[in-house]
Amino acid sequence: MSEARITWVGGPVLKACATGPFSIFEALAVGERRLLGEVIQLRGDELVAQVYEDTTGLEPGVTVVGLERPLSVTLGPNLLGGIFDGLLRPLSRATDYQIQPGAAERSVARHRLEFAVRNGDVLSAGAVFARTVAPRPQSLLVPPWASGRVEALVEPGEHRDDETLLVLVDDAGHRHELTMQHDWPVRRSRPVRERLGVNAPMITGQRILDTLFPVARGGRAALPGGFGTGKTVLQEALAKWCDADVIVYVGCGERGNEMAEVLDEFPQLEDPRSGRPLAERTVIIANTSNMPVAAREASIYTAITVAEYFRDQGLNVALMADSTSRWAEALREVSGRLGELPGEAGYPAYLSSRLAEFYERAARVTSLAGAEGSVTIIGAISPPSGDFSEPVTLHTKRYVRCFWALDRQRAQARFYPAIHPLQSYGSDVQELADWWKRSGNPDWLVQRQRVLELLEAQAHLERMARIVGRDALPAQQQVRLLCADLVNEGFLRQSSFSKVDRFCSPARQVAMLSVLLHFADRADAAVAAGVPPARLAALPMLRQLQRLGEEFSEDDLLRLRQLPRQIDYEFDQLQTVASHAG
Amino acid sequence: MQADLLLENAVTRIEGPLLFARREARVGLNSAVEVLAGAGAPRLGRVAALDETSMVIEVLESTSGLALRGTRIRLHPEPLLFGVGPHLLGRVFDSVGRPLDGGPPVAARSRRRIEGLAINPAWRALPRDFIETGIATIDVMNSLVRGQKLPLFSAGGLPHDRLAAEIAQRARLRGTQGEESFAVVFAGIGVPHDTAEQFRLAMESSGALGHTAMFLNLADEPGMQRLLAPRYALTAAEYLAFEEGRHVLVILTDMTNYCEALREVSASHGEIPGRKGYPGYMYSDLASLYERAGCIRGRPGTLTQLPILTMPGDDIGHPIPDLTGYITEGQIVLDRELDRRGIYPPVRVLPSLSRLMDAGIGEGFTDPDHPALAHQLFAAYARALRVRVLASVMGEQGLPESDRKFLAFGERFERQFVHQANARTLEESLEAGWNVLQGLPHGELTRLSNAQIGRHLGAEAHA
Ligand SMILES: Nc1ncnc2c1ncn2[C@@H]1O[C@H](COP(=O)(O)OP(=O)(O)O)[C@@H](O)[C@H]1O
Ligand SMILES: [Mg+2]
Repeated sequence: MSEARITWVGGPVLKACATGPFSIFEALAVGERRLLGEVIQLRGDELVAQVYEDTTGLEPGVTVVGLERPLSVTLGPNLLGGIFDGLLRPLSRATDYQIQPGAAERSVARHRLEFAVRNGDVLSAGAVFARTVAPRPQSLLVPPWASGRVEALVEPGEHRDDETLLVLVDDAGHRHELTMQHDWPVRRSRPVRERLGVNAPMITGQRILDTLFPVARGGRAALPGGFGTGKTVLQEALAKWCDADVIVYVGCGERGNEMAEVLDEFPQLEDPRSGRPLAERTVIIANTSNMPVAAREASIYTAITVAEYFRDQGLNVALMADSTSRWAEALREVSGRLGELPGEAGYPAYLSSRLAEFYERAARVTSLAGAEGSVTIIGAISPPSGDFSEPVTLHTKRYVRCFWALDRQRAQARFYPAIHPLQSYGSDVQELADWWKRSGNPDWLVQRQRVLELLEAQAHLERMARIVGRDALPAQQQVRLLCADLVNEGFLRQSSFSKVDRFCSPARQVAMLSVLLHFADRADAAVAAGVPPARLAALPMLRQLQRLGEEFSEDDLLRLRQLPRQIDYEFDQLQTVASHAG
Repeated sequence: MQADLLLENAVTRIEGPLLFARREARVGLNSAVEVLAGAGAPRLGRVAALDETSMVIEVLESTSGLALRGTRIRLHPEPLLFGVGPHLLGRVFDSVGRPLDGGPPVAARSRRRIEGLAINPAWRALPRDFIETGIATIDVMNSLVRGQKLPLFSAGGLPHDRLAAEIAQRARLRGTQGEESFAVVFAGIGVPHDTAEQFRLAMESSGALGHTAMFLNLADEPGMQRLLAPRYALTAAEYLAFEEGRHVLVILTDMTNYCEALREVSASHGEIPGRKGYPGYMYSDLASLYERAGCIRGRPGTLTQLPILTMPGDDIGHPIPDLTGYITEGQIVLDRELDRRGIYPPVRVLPSLSRLMDAGIGEGFTDPDHPALAHQLFAAYARALRVRVLASVMGEQGLPESDRKFLAFGERFERQFVHQANARTLEESLEAGWNVLQGLPHGELTRLSNAQIGRHLGAEAHA
């Protein structure tokens, strides 16, 4: 291994004089505590490195050792249910409540496993060679660089995670010793056989998303919003209830208490699909705002690498990144320390290409071994003063398919989720309509369009009403406003803290929407028949419709589907009365 | 461990707060430094960068009067530490922990890094214990819990100091008045002398001075020390909370002065300025203070922060409140217009928020209907303000009947709920909330269930 000696150190950056060869992005161990670092520039004998941990106490003369590989993480069966720092080192095993810099002792875990192969089998790269049994079955993969004939195999049963389980001998005669884990460099995407197109939505259980702005499996969505508009609560709600197999949640430069909350809540919540605690399908990666900035930059790559690893097992993975702005700021800070020329708002010129590279790692794919899996990215953005015209939001917008814009006014009125329906979009709607058709709602596209039109009309009519007064609008338009209010209150509003409403199945979404649109149809007709709008606004059932999400749980679908009949009844009454009066 | 070392005549250059010196002894990054010149008190500094022959020292106090000759440097083997011990309470310190009250130095039980070390998120316990502040807009609508960091976003001339002192005097768990060990740590950052004195008097009059430690960097003291006062104060607070097991409330005022000092120091380092000239790392820097609040698993104490900042130009989008809001667990926003109308405390509830409220209220914590009431008040008041804008355009008479009811609600809400002459118990605050909702059409109270309406509002009065 090559060595170098520190010649200069300031903040998280150091310069060192090398006595052997180093390469760009090579990982380093710095000083006695073996702080993790990474080479970022090479000039002659001098190398410039960033250090991922607190550099207090470092001084010129201290030794830097090259690790002969890029910054890498260890992928294997120890990840699910755990919390890790930005470099995938476990945080839950620490014995002190304060984080001490330096490499921790590696501890060994044991897993019971069953082999999926026999001696003599020929395995390709990425193939599943064994499965762990408890607590949750996981596949063990041949690393992407290895393949060959199985030559030696240990007995099934319990094994250490660092033990050689089998040996592959490839065509060139190279031996590959496989353990439960393998390392992968975080900045390089894991190879796949093929990238696939859109085929199904990732169901989030949020009405405004699934019905209006759906994200595809393998898609990418951005969630921008000023502070307090609901980014984190929405990310957590998705992490809890979306229909992915595995969740990778990266808290990037955000609050420690939010990580603690996930750690506290997820083991107690049950995954509605597997009946197991939600924690078992979740990997948490935490670089909170007070943890070292350089590791913040790495944490995003660590997270996407972990997500790809589960994708390669044929799973659908959702990656929640809260917040990508903190990652961009970390990039800016390190770039500034290197004296690079700043671009827009001080960000380095390569901000845009880094964002592109990151979001490009989301995809639905066929893995090397032929399994179908996906990584869906949901990235929160924290724009300064909530202004979406800043570089991170603008560049992200170019690479994502869904844009879920959070609105301060809605949030302040405690209207959640505060996603603004007129500023948000989803670009895979046409492709996803087929899925809804297959799932029994051929009208999804039309219904969705009607809702959007109603909301669009509302914005316009409210502007008019502000000038002439609501009562002075033509009756038809007053009714449109009434129905738009109803769609907002009864459909788009959905509290993540309501036990009844925090998750909404596609079936309930369809039923609710049908009820509300049926009301709108009857209201239009009634007004056309001369019923004054004020009478509609006074309908007793309106209150129930406005609280639809709260009042009809997943168990009340039958009752919910009866509602159109009650609507008919109330309107028939109304029109009889009206025609008598008229 | 190396012993302290004294360097003579090593200084080669002085630029603003930076001192360039020959590295004539071994020293590590961030090590503490004392700069000695003449007979004055030593000035604190830290090693900011090092190469093989020289080092850059950031002097954390004024460099005025320092000369190349005759300036000596004492190097410590460790970063800046603060010796803390059981007798911190009842004392007044300067921004670097030296007694200001004429009393003896504090006997140190442990020496802690003033920068603190990041709390491992896996070791945090979730803050859940509701604190009754006596203020309805906080207790009902933006509840404070132990271990939270909840700033006051204020502006020049608004009564934030009075509000903070009231909260410090009252902040207890319900029903445990005076039984638990609590403490208040006050960090005055660039504040006028009378602000500090008023706070001291307020604590004295409520008999809590013996539980209070004050760290003062007054307005006429060097700007550099503004960066130190909150760090010394928080180091003391962490000791009191996590070693002595007390429930500590830390008041940091005025964080705007802190950020100004940060900008000044950054500029003197020749760093590329970010938004409005504040350094790009201000978010991380502020987080290194605010994230020191919390609760730790297995430790009885808690550290709650109530930072106060004055929004430059009353602008909540200014980088100081903006970055703060991105880090803290909500904010209480004070408003000039409410203040002008004689409403105290002038809390503007819509932009205010407590992110930890949902964990600390409702069934099993406060009142089962508390969350619904809070949401209904927010929704109704948001509507009232929208109607108020309409009314100002077309006159009250042009409004539909239901809108007029919301207009009247807005007025009631501000006069009878927000405004309060005396402290209220939570029950009184909740009662005031239900009372102001009376008179709104029940059909429009969409955040309340029929049962909740039945329980608290009774049958609808028809005109
Ligand atoms: N979908 C939601 N349902 C219920 N409450 C929400 C929702 N989104 C946000 N909130 C409320 O708003 C507060 C702030 O949301 P948060 O997600 O922390 O904001 P951000 O991450 O954008 O700063 C939360 O503490 C919660 O009270
Ligand atoms: Mg957030």
